[in-house]
Amino acid sequence: MKLRRSMLFVPGSNTSMVCNAFVYRADTVMFDLEDSVAISEKDSARLMVYHALQHFTYEDVETAVRVNPLHSIYGLLDLEAVIRAGVDIIRLPKTDTVEDVLDMQEVIEKIEFKIGTNKKTKLLAAIESAQGVVNAVDIARCSDRLMGIALGAEDFVRDLHTQRTKAGSELMAARAQILLAARAAKIHAFDSVFSDVRDKEGFAREAKYIKDLGFDGKSLINPNQISVLHKIFAPSRDDVEWALDVIEATDNAKEKGLGVVSIDGKMVDAPIVARAQWTLELAKASGMLGGDE
Amino acid sequence: MINAKDRADMKDLTPSDAKFFKPKEKDNSGKERDSKICKTIEESIKKSGLKDGMTISFHHAFRGGDKVLNFVMDVIAKMGFRDLTLASSSLSSVHDPLIEHIKNGVVTQIYTSGLRSKLGEAISRGLMQKPVQIHSHGGRVHLIKSGELKIDVAFLGVPVIDRFGNATGYKGRSKCGSLGYAMSDARYAKYVIAVSESLEEYPSFPASINQDQVDSIVLVDEVGDPSQIGEGATRMTSNPKELLLARRAAKVIVNSGLFKNGYSLQTGTGGASLATTIFLSEKMEEENITASFGLGGITGTMVYMLKRGLIKTLLDVQSFDEFAAKSLGENQNHIEISANQYANPSSKGAAIKQLDVVVLSALEIDVDFNVNVLTGSKGILRGASGGHCDTAAEAKLSIIVAPLTRGRIPTILKRVNTIITPGNTVDVVVTDQGVAVNPKNIELKKRLKNAGITVIEIEELHKKAMRICGKPKPIKYSDKVVATIRYRDGSVLDVVKALA
Repeated sequence: MKLRRSMLFVPGSNTSMVCNAFVYRADTVMFDLEDSVAISEKDSARLMVYHALQHFTYEDVETAVRVNPLHSIYGLLDLEAVIRAGVDIIRLPKTDTVEDVLDMQEVIEKIEFKIGTNKKTKLLAAIESAQGVVNAVDIARCSDRLMGIALGAEDFVRDLHTQRTKAGSELMAARAQILLAARAAKIHAFDSVFSDVRDKEGFAREAKYIKDLGFDGKSLINPNQISVLHKIFAPSRDDVEWALDVIEATDNAKEKGLGVVSIDGKMVDAPIVARAQWTLELAKASGMLGGDE
Repeated sequence: MINAKDRADMKDLTPSDAKFFKPKEKDNSGKERDSKICKTIEESIKKSGLKDGMTISFHHAFRGGDKVLNFVMDVIAKMGFRDLTLASSSLSSVHDPLIEHIKNGVVTQIYTSGLRSKLGEAISRGLMQKPVQIHSHGGRVHLIKSGELKIDVAFLGVPVIDRFGNATGYKGRSKCGSLGYAMSDARYAKYVIAVSESLEEYPSFPASINQDQVDSIVLVDEVGDPSQIGEGATRMTSNPKELLLARRAAKVIVNSGLFKNGYSLQTGTGGASLATTIFLSEKMEEENITASFGLGGITGTMVYMLKRGLIKTLLDVQSFDEFAAKSLGENQNHIEISANQYANPSSKGAAIKQLDVVVLSALEIDVDFNVNVLTGSKGILRGASGGHCDTAAEAKLSIIVAPLTRGRIPTILKRVNTIITPGNTVDVVVTDQGVAVNPKNIELKKRLKNAGITVIEIEELHKKAMRICGKPKPIKYSDKVVATIRYRDGSVLDVVKALA
């Protein structure tokens, strides 16, 4: 599974951010054409994102685009542009039902067929309403293009007739539901943004909390949040040592033609090797085994 | 009264040239005690014996809040002086009124570390007949001591002074902190006029400028604008790119082999180099490392490190913000040093010769590691040489921190427009898209690579910048030289030509 701890939101109309976002090494850069873009800038933002997606600076970065809803006059135009530009993931805003996903999938398939690409654009469904949370289990399983589901908290709390708090009790049910739905469907689960960019402690607290819950990652609105998040998601030194031992032992066993490996008397089976590999990948991405953070 | 010459036995014993003692009337009135104080700048100028063609000097510790230079120059212009050489340790954007004095022939030659704003642009467009001499902070003292720059009258703005000339910078309304640059002028100028806004009781010690250096004192309403004295300096950045650069620069320092107990550090004022100290602090606390001294323009973050015991001593030639200015008066380990003690290459003891690491910024860097901090992408004078080439030359590790591109302007070029710091003195360039190590530093390159830092050839960075921005059109210059870049030893390093 690809590492997706950080998903950096970049307003598609913000030229400087669009030009620079790649340098921060978020796991995924997500250009937004929806709520952060003013009506008067919808077309220019789409054009700019279309070019950015094809620019060499984004060659090695996973890209996503949050498009406008299909029922708006921009939705289809957005899809036509960004799929042509080779985006990796389409983020569906306000996913309430399975049909929302399937409708989007159908349009994407048509565009892909029309342009003759082999690339299969992935989908990420943002769940931003009570209805969406209730349907999360079905939504998570409805398409093989779906790589994950994400909580969109701002709209969700409005729908719930409450507001966001630093403690986050208003999101308790939604987070649990989305996480379980994603895990049951074996796809990623992403937490919502933390919007007070000056509150570093608050952000770190929330990031630690959602990591402990089991989320894969979190949407971010400021590049300064990336290193904090990655630090929180980094494995402990003990975990890294253990993982290195596991990989070394299995490599040795392979060399000697041994089928079964054990460390400290405990048998090492395939899931343990997979976990060790995952830990090392995370350690590497966190700058613990060399490499920039 | 008996005089020695009346004594027969003294006649043959007197030294050949010495005159015989003549008694003077003793004055018990105490009038002489205030004799240095002049009522006006004009009076002090008359006393100084200033003449057309002479050299006058100023210092830049008040930065963008300086009121002395413009005020004094207006008086000088009104008095009808012409053809003066202006030697200010630097010039900032408040000094645009100099344009008129240049046009009117009051000032015909300038020595400075920096030029900015409209003045910089006017000079870039050919305002002056004689090229401006751009020097580094250390190089300026060298030019003074070597005799090229003879200061006839120094006008030194000071926040607080006593009636005999003892002056300090860390007290008063317009506190600027260190008077390091003024100290060198006070020492070498033929005539020193101290301009202040606040008179303290004699004796006011310890003093940065001393009674035996000051000829005249003038009190004015204000020498500076306190809100502007920390101008452009040192707010902690929240710019993500600067923070990324800072984190990476800190990582380079930590893995350089110099990051040990007792190491020493200097940083510039750019957002990124300033933030580097924050990330370094974290690492120093983590690894229990203490620095022996922090040098240079001192900022609030350096003071923070001093207070936390991460740095033992601050050597301060210029205080970049009010925290530093205040700390200079309060912390006994925060020491004021002169420009001569800071960076003069021919000084008997310049602190930079003891320096391990310096973090500097850049407008342009080229593939030979040469750095430009003076002229902008349009070829206009808009920066300052400062201590850039001084520290790069002497520190064990000089790190240049700059984004690969600024908007559509590339930072890494084939050739910089103006060389301020020669590439052979630059060790590492840190950008947001990779770190380049000067090829002469084979060992350092290995160390950084082993630490997992993305080390990339500077030509690759240049290519990448070109791919992003495209190749800039060459700036069109005329043949007229508007500024001569003097290296710290006084030699000519480069010239800046007028825009065509």
